Amino acid sequence: MNIEAIKSIYFFEMARTRRTLLQSVVSPVISTSLYFIVFGAAIGERIQEIDGVSYGAFITPGLMMLTLLTQCIGNGSFGIYFPKFTGTIYEVLSSPISMLEIVLGYVGAAATKGLMIGTIILITASLFVDLSIAHPFAMIFFFVLTAVTFSLFGFIIGIWAKDFEQLNLIPMLVVPPLVFLGGSFYSVDMLPPFWRAVSHFNPVLYLISGFRWSFFEISDVNPLASAVIILAFLAICMAVLTWIFRTGYRLRN
Amino acid sequence: MAPIVSVSNLSKTYASGFEALKGVSLEIEEGEILALLGPNGAGKTTLISIICGIVNPSGGEVTVNGHDVVRDFRQTRAMIGLVPQELTTDAFETVWNTVSFSRGLHGKKPDPAHIEKVLKDLSLWNKKDNMLRELSGGMKRRVLIAKALSHEPRVLFLDEPTAGVDVSLRKSMWEVVERLRAAGVTIILTTHYIEEAEEIADRIAVINGGEILLVEDKNALMAKLGRKQLRVDLAQPLERIPDSLSSYNLTLEDNGQSLIYDYDTSAERTGITALLAALAETGIRLRDLSTQQSSLEDIFVEIVEAGR
Repeated sequence: MNIEAIKSIYFFEMARTRRTLLQSVVSPVISTSLYFIVFGAAIGERIQEIDGVSYGAFITPGLMMLTLLTQCIGNGSFGIYFPKFTGTIYEVLSSPISMLEIVLGYVGAAATKGLMIGTIILITASLFVDLSIAHPFAMIFFFVLTAVTFSLFGFIIGIWAKDFEQLNLIPMLVVPPLVFLGGSFYSVDMLPPFWRAVSHFNPVLYLISGFRWSFFEISDVNPLASAVIILAFLAICMAVLTWIFRTGYRLRN
Repeated sequence: MAPIVSVSNLSKTYASGFEALKGVSLEIEEGEILALLGPNGAGKTTLISIICGIVNPSGGEVTVNGHDVVRDFRQTRAMIGLVPQELTTDAFETVWNTVSFSRGLHGKKPDPAHIEKVLKDLSLWNKKDNMLRELSGGMKRRVLIAKALSHEPRVLFLDEPTAGVDVSLRKSMWEVVERLRAAGVTIILTTHYIEEAEEIADRIAVINGGEILLVEDKNALMAKLGRKQLRVDLAQPLERIPDSLSSYNLTLEDNGQSLIYDYDTSAERTGITALLAALAETGIRLRDLSTQQSSLEDIFVEIVEAGR
């Protein structure tokens, strides 16, 4: 195992986070605060408690997931896409480092950054609403696993993307609808039966529901199903990456 | 002695169907400087990229110090430093960080003293805290060399290292190359400046159309292929070459002021003595004599043209 190389990539990526502190950290805090002001304070006043949880608290896990997914996909994809774009990838490819180690470096940094920002949002949220975490271990399980899985997913997008448009396609066009329609701001029980059924095909619903369950013990789907879905998505990402590394797809061709 | 880099029957066909290498075989001895010459698109960069692990080969085998570059990539890549052709740098990183990053990637523990030495050798020390985007093209090129030397490689690939670099900087780069050679580093360089290859390489390999056309000791190559030209400046211009000299295959230049005689240095008799005697006999008076050797560039053009 080339530990020095993993460390080098990891800290190199984290250094970029430090350089872009304003954009990386401050902007998610501001957008989260806006969500709380608009959804929590303005609209939440008119919405009753959902399953005994105040609306402001109810949307917190969904907001964390929204940011976590966007950040992890963004960082995971940008981290590997940018060297491909500038050409500096030559150095990583010509180093005595296995693809697994490359992934540990890049995905580790992307997930760390996502977790940092998720935590900041949790702290910001606690300034607006009363929060309690019923199952801290389950909360950490969903939090970390989602960060790792979606950083891996981002990494795959970064390898696949040939230009900035493709790079932004999934984070901008696919993720927000899935998150917004995945029950970030409502319980799917509030939907008509047809849309409730459709929602169950949205994998993000399971993530948000499981995560929310770890906070308030309320969920749209069985928390175990949530765990299975996230583990399955992780397995799919790992399988795709294994194929990419075997074939050298868009890296060594 | 076993070669440090051994390429055998290497082929590469890109997904587009382009056949960049067609069964290339090449052995590089430890400690030598090999110049890889070839026109654009000849396959130089593809060959280097495969040895360094950036591109997967389609067929054939490459070993570095006995290790296969695909199977034992950790051993081979740890030994290799690569300076790419393109000036690719992380614009927002500092010189110090980017060079240290390269060392880490190659699995070496941080060694500030070594990085300092490399930066000083390349006259980059006073730029160590500058961001790369603030540097000139020539400095960026040196940063790429510093990155390649950060992990103390035994084999160094320089892909067009002096493209776009001014004359004095080029000279100082070659001094660095000389020092590396003295330290026992094997150097493979591609260049468009053939006089550079002529000046510093031990051996020359010519590649074109994905095939190695020739690998030779530079001096032997120059001697073998080098044709010389004798130029005789005349005291009185001639209108035409006298019949008595017709057997020498001379040409008349400069409005009849000069006679040009082509000869082969490796031939048993160059014919110079006889020619001069014949000139004296014909009553032609000479003003000056000079000889000129064909350069590596002429040789290169000749080989590539012949290969077409």
